[in-house]
Amino acid sequence: MATATTTNKLYARRRRRNGLMTVLAYLAALFGVGWLVLILGVLLWEGFNGVSLQVFTEMTPPPGGTGGLLNPIVGSLIMTALAVAIGTPVGILAGTYMAEYGRYARLSSIVRFINDILLSAPSIVIGLFIYEVMVAPLGHFSGLAGAVALAVIVIPVVVRTTEDMLLLVPNALREAAAALGLPRAYIVRRIAYRAARAGIVTGVLLAIARISGETAPLLFTALNNQFWSTDLGAPMASLPAVIFQFALSPYADWQSLAWTGALIITVTVLALSIIARALTASRKTS
Amino acid sequence: MSSERANATSPVALSVSIPLVRHMGGDARGLTEKVSIRNLDFFYGASRALQGISLPLYANKATAFIGPSGCGKSTLLRILNRMYDLYPNQRATGEVTFDGEDVLSPKQDLNLLRSRIGMVFQKPTPFPMSIYENIAFGVRLYEKLSRNELTSRVESALRRAALWEEVKDKLSANGLSLSGGQQQRLCIARTVAVKPEVILFDEPCSALDPISTAKIEELIDELKRDYTIVIVTHNMQQAARVSDFTAFMYLGSLVEFGPTQTIFTSPSDQRTQDYITGRFG
Repeated sequence: MATATTTNKLYARRRRRNGLMTVLAYLAALFGVGWLVLILGVLLWEGFNGVSLQVFTEMTPPPGGTGGLLNPIVGSLIMTALAVAIGTPVGILAGTYMAEYGRYARLSSIVRFINDILLSAPSIVIGLFIYEVMVAPLGHFSGLAGAVALAVIVIPVVVRTTEDMLLLVPNALREAAAALGLPRAYIVRRIAYRAARAGIVTGVLLAIARISGETAPLLFTALNNQFWSTDLGAPMASLPAVIFQFALSPYADWQSLAWTGALIITVTVLALSIIARALTASRKTS
Repeated sequence: MSSERANATSPVALSVSIPLVRHMGGDARGLTEKVSIRNLDFFYGASRALQGISLPLYANKATAFIGPSGCGKSTLLRILNRMYDLYPNQRATGEVTFDGEDVLSPKQDLNLLRSRIGMVFQKPTPFPMSIYENIAFGVRLYEKLSRNELTSRVESALRRAALWEEVKDKLSANGLSLSGGQQQRLCIARTVAVKPEVILFDEPCSALDPISTAKIEELIDELKRDYTIVIVTHNMQQAARVSDFTAFMYLGSLVEFGPTQTIFTSPSDQRTQDYITGRFG
């Protein structure tokens, strides 16, 4: 009994401390998630009122007029698709070099270092860079410049996930393929890519999610456009840029459209993240 | 690996009964030297993992490499198909000939070499594709077969690996859906399908249950008729059961090589004696 009481004293203290820490951890988690719920809630509340067929069929209106978000939605889709088309092959090839061909090369660690810097570079810097190399020499803003700026954001994300996913493919699998007399290119294409496919696709989806909300790199490159335009050589509307413009305006109808646009982007990103998550999950179980 | 200790060990004691055959073609007992290893050293960076290894691998015989962990038996195996070439800072010096051809030559075409010297690994490594594709994949690389020929090649490979009956109704199922023992037999089938001349087994049963192990040992015995077999194993009973010749390695050196029967009943080196009686390792 004597030992039991002494242990109990120590144990009771540990239990109290444990209880306290648990409560603090819960509070911290609630605090963090709370803001997210609040943001989503406000977004739904403000944005949902404006959702109508009109949003998807009509152009951005002048203040006081009626209209929708068709041109920025299409603009965003075009620029995102082009950015992914440019950035994905470059990113996958670079990631493949680092994980497969140049795994032990010095160049790989240099590329990895630079890629990590690029990954965390402020996107406004990327916008300014493209402005300098594309917009200023050509003399005008363009959808193409916007897409290239977004591609520069896509590349490091895809490089990183491709490399990480290929590194997860066990070496035993590569050795087994090599032991059959498979050339390197076959091992990479037919074995490593196949084993890492879900992860690499996830990386591309995450990159799309990342660029679909980028505003800063578009402001200096694609600018914006109040009218319907699919001309890559001309300024192009995009959802983030329209949100930026409309939200800062004093007009209530513009502000409402900005909320709706923000809701559309958020839902798209959420859907992409869920798909990415599902893909990774299915990879783990297989 | 402590090279100091390795250097201190005595030179190789070859069991007297088997003289090394120094030329191609057969000796008095009809043994043909398929692969000859002479004075082989191997380095991981600056550290020496193997020193002065010399031994023959006879055609249509199974040779077992035994020895305690870290003695270099897997390293030796991986030299025979130049698997070490996948990694930087690993190099081998000395001589390895395969049907008289210089294996270590920088001019050696590694893909062709590996298609002739197949390898089965410790852990089953099915490719992330169907059972059928797992086997057809390697075959297509070196032979242009019609659909029917390919299908019958797949079937015969699976039969050779004693897996056909278990998978014949689900050839399109993913190779990863099989059990561990089945996966390992799939890997053997895959290796056999490309018709190599030598098959290297790197502890093929260490991840398997006793029943699968027995199946694979039986298989190795079968395969001897058509292939030259080399097997690395931790399990001395296994070496005794499946091999015709045994090489005992210790600290990066070959201690003793000879017919399995001799090595296990009357080894000439004290260290071999100690190892097989379980005094160390």
